[in-house]
Amino acid sequence: MNSFMPSTTFAVLLLPFIAALFAPALTQLLKHNAAWILALVPAAIFWHFSGFLPVISAGEVVTGGYQWVPALKVNFSWYIDGLSLTFALLITGIGTLIVLYSGGYLKGHAQLGRFFSFILMFMGSMLGLVMSDSFLMFFIFWELTSITSFLLIGFDNKREASRRAALQALVVTGGGGLFLLAGLLLIWNVTGYSEMSLLLRSGSLLADSPYYIAIFVLVLGGAFTKSAQFPMHFWLPNAMEAPTPVSAYLHSATMVKAGVYLLMRLNPVLGDTMAWHIVLPLFGGTTLIVGTLLAIRQTDLKLMLAYTTVSSLGLLVMLTGFGTEKAIEGAVLYLVAHCLFKGALFMVAGIIDHEAGTRDVTKLGGLMTAMPITFAAALASAISMAGLPPFFGFLAKEEIYAGLWQVSFWGGLLTIVAIVGNALMFVIGFVVALKPFLGRRKLKLGNVHEGPVLLWLGPVLLATASLLTAIFSPMTHRLITSPMASAVEGEPVSAYISLVPHIGMPLLLSLITVAIGVFAYINVARLRALMIYALYKIGWGPDKGFDQFIRGTVRLSFRVTNVIQPGRMEFYMKVIFILVAVSILLPMALFDEWPAMPQWPDTISRYEAVIMAIAAVGLFSVLYAKDRLTAIVSLGIQGFAVALLFMLFGAPDLSFTQFMVETLSVVILALAMTRLRLTPTDHRALKEKIIDTIISLACATAFVLLLLKVTQLPFDTTLSDFFTRYSLSIAHGANIVNVILVDFRGTDTWGEIAVVMVAGLAILSLIRIRTRPANAIAANDPAEEDERL
Amino acid sequence: MRTLIFRTVAPYLASLMILFSIFVLLRGHNEPGGGFIGGLIAASAFAIYGIACGVSPVRRALHFHPMAISGTGLLASTAAGMLSIFFKVPFMTGLWLDIPLFGDSIAVSTVMLFDIGVYLVVVGSITSIALALEERPNS
Repeated sequence: MNSFMPSTTFAVLLLPFIAALFAPALTQLLKHNAAWILALVPAAIFWHFSGFLPVISAGEVVTGGYQWVPALKVNFSWYIDGLSLTFALLITGIGTLIVLYSGGYLKGHAQLGRFFSFILMFMGSMLGLVMSDSFLMFFIFWELTSITSFLLIGFDNKREASRRAALQALVVTGGGGLFLLAGLLLIWNVTGYSEMSLLLRSGSLLADSPYYIAIFVLVLGGAFTKSAQFPMHFWLPNAMEAPTPVSAYLHSATMVKAGVYLLMRLNPVLGDTMAWHIVLPLFGGTTLIVGTLLAIRQTDLKLMLAYTTVSSLGLLVMLTGFGTEKAIEGAVLYLVAHCLFKGALFMVAGIIDHEAGTRDVTKLGGLMTAMPITFAAALASAISMAGLPPFFGFLAKEEIYAGLWQVSFWGGLLTIVAIVGNALMFVIGFVVALKPFLGRRKLKLGNVHEGPVLLWLGPVLLATASLLTAIFSPMTHRLITSPMASAVEGEPVSAYISLVPHIGMPLLLSLITVAIGVFAYINVARLRALMIYALYKIGWGPDKGFDQFIRGTVRLSFRVTNVIQPGRMEFYMKVIFILVAVSILLPMALFDEWPAMPQWPDTISRYEAVIMAIAAVGLFSVLYAKDRLTAIVSLGIQGFAVALLFMLFGAPDLSFTQFMVETLSVVILALAMTRLRLTPTDHRALKEKIIDTIISLACATAFVLLLLKVTQLPFDTTLSDFFTRYSLSIAHGANIVNVILVDFRGTDTWGEIAVVMVAGLAILSLIRIRTRPANAIAANDPAEEDERL
Repeated sequence: MRTLIFRTVAPYLASLMILFSIFVLLRGHNEPGGGFIGGLIAASAFAIYGIACGVSPVRRALHFHPMAISGTGLLASTAAGMLSIFFKVPFMTGLWLDIPLFGDSIAVSTVMLFDIGVYLVVVGSITSIALALEERPNS
């Protein structure tokens, strides 16, 4: 690591956050045209990272960074290889277009500046995630993407659906993040490496470790929640409550791929095991099929796209898990292709929504003449999504089939899953791209026209990219596919697939896919009705399950709180004193450590006897006091007597403090009593009184025994010797007690005075809330809440 | 409790107690005393003053909200601990400075600042509780 050199990469990683800081002010100044300037930020980052392409495609890796917390061996370090570079280029490239698109889409929105700020913060987090070398940094950025996603989904915070979706996404992905944290810590513990670059060179260290399964499950917990794998997929369609630029950017092109990124990143060290080859394709394949079936059921353009995103993520996980060289290449190609076409299609859906006022595919039609540019971009993207030439999606699909097709049960099964999934995605792609534009214009739509350049620029450029990357496939492979696939595979890999059809199994499988797809497209309305019926019959889904889970948690915590916090002072006191007695007496009984019978002193001086008599008198008058004020004052008498004893036995500081504490507690208690009814009522029944007496006697006995025991043990003088010797020489103080308080154990005192202050604040607010209505505390009851709903 | 004698004596008694509390605070490092005890004495002074003459004269005399005094104390103690950063020694290391004054030298230290912070926290917190309790609920 080339340390302490100022690095442009570091500056570039910070840049989005700095831009986020200034975005609101800039937007205030320039309104939606601020997009043109803000888009320069991701564009500049894109430019910076594309400078790495020659080095990375030559098979090298670039690392850099700084020490962060040297004591814990935590660095702020980045690692650039084919995988992270491709992601960085996608994040910043699509990010540039998204910033522009947002300017058009949210033109005139009062909170546009805040939106830009959130988007840029997300961009910085995502970029940091893929660049991170050290685990801690990776985890922090991982959670930051969850948090920024929460902010963006809930952007329209006045709508309850957005708030619910935002919270749901945060709970699911944030909860998964905790799994990931545990997984990363475990990896750190097992290998001793806290950086990706070192871990990737550790060979089969992890796969051979006895903790492999634990690590595997924890990492999957993080990856599957983030990448919306079944059955944790439900948050992603709900996240469509966010404005469309967010859906296009976070929930199709970038953030949801973070889980796939994690799996790909760890493939060289975690992959190639039985568990990996079975669990990943199983979940991925299920997600693929479930996602496409749920997509068919939808009529909202964005929801259809969202569910196909779920299935695409499933496909990527399935391929990563299958793990043959070709499958990895297929995954890499598909990942890039998906970013390009899905991002474009989402933006198209947004344009249609923006211009026509609806996203419902059954209410749309005949917009081709009104929106020719949008239509062209949509069509191109849909062709890529369907896996047809001459677009990049075609290369991806061919490579997927080449990777999956094996004459074995597992390979055959997954191939069938992929064919079904691809065919259904073919359908959705064309439903989104054709239905709104072809056919007769629906009357309700009114006068629809093409969106402004800020809106259509993004989809057009992405569609063009889909085309160019496919036409110039050798260059794409050299710069992007091969380096990325090599990084995922852990050894050099080269991709060769091009638009020229190769006669063989993949082409045949593609033809089958297209045939099924065309058939399904014609019958899409019937399929939709079938799916709606099937889902109605099932009646329950993970989305409902999530609500049940949350409600159950609230109920459980309410019940637990009701049991341990019933709000009755007597109960608290009883529990506390019983515990005190038990915790002192039980160890003594268990370890047979009773104190020896103390020796009664031969002579007691008269004043000692008098003081003890005063203390005893004080105690008895507490017990026999008729009203509380007398009891308080009597307690004070006993306290003063004890203070006198301290003084006699040579502890002036202690005695001094005891005097003050006793005085003040008598004063404060007396003051508190003036606010209560002073009538001497003891509502306790005889039985309760007896129980309370037993508890207090037990406590008293416990303390007496403990004190006796303590004084009977040999006295270890190490500490007192130390303090006596050094109090004056080191801490310049002759009063050892005070020197300990303010110097030797100063940090303790510091904590204590903080507690004193917080306690003061708490008491102050308790005194002040007396006027609140009596039923205010019960308002958290979930049962009541349900009744209100 | 508001007898004429008590009301007449209380201001003098309270001021004497506060003076004494500062004395106790400052001698604390070498002889019995210190921030905690000093703070308690000062707090009882304010409590007595409040019982004798009512809460609002005390609040006026204090000028700041007692909780603000407490907060200042915590801040002072924290600052006393943090000053060590600038001398590259661990947190809470005592730093000493001898200031020559009238031919004698006075030792000033972060430890003393820390103790003053303790004093202020105790005075502020307990006074604010006492005063809040002394205020009649209906007033």
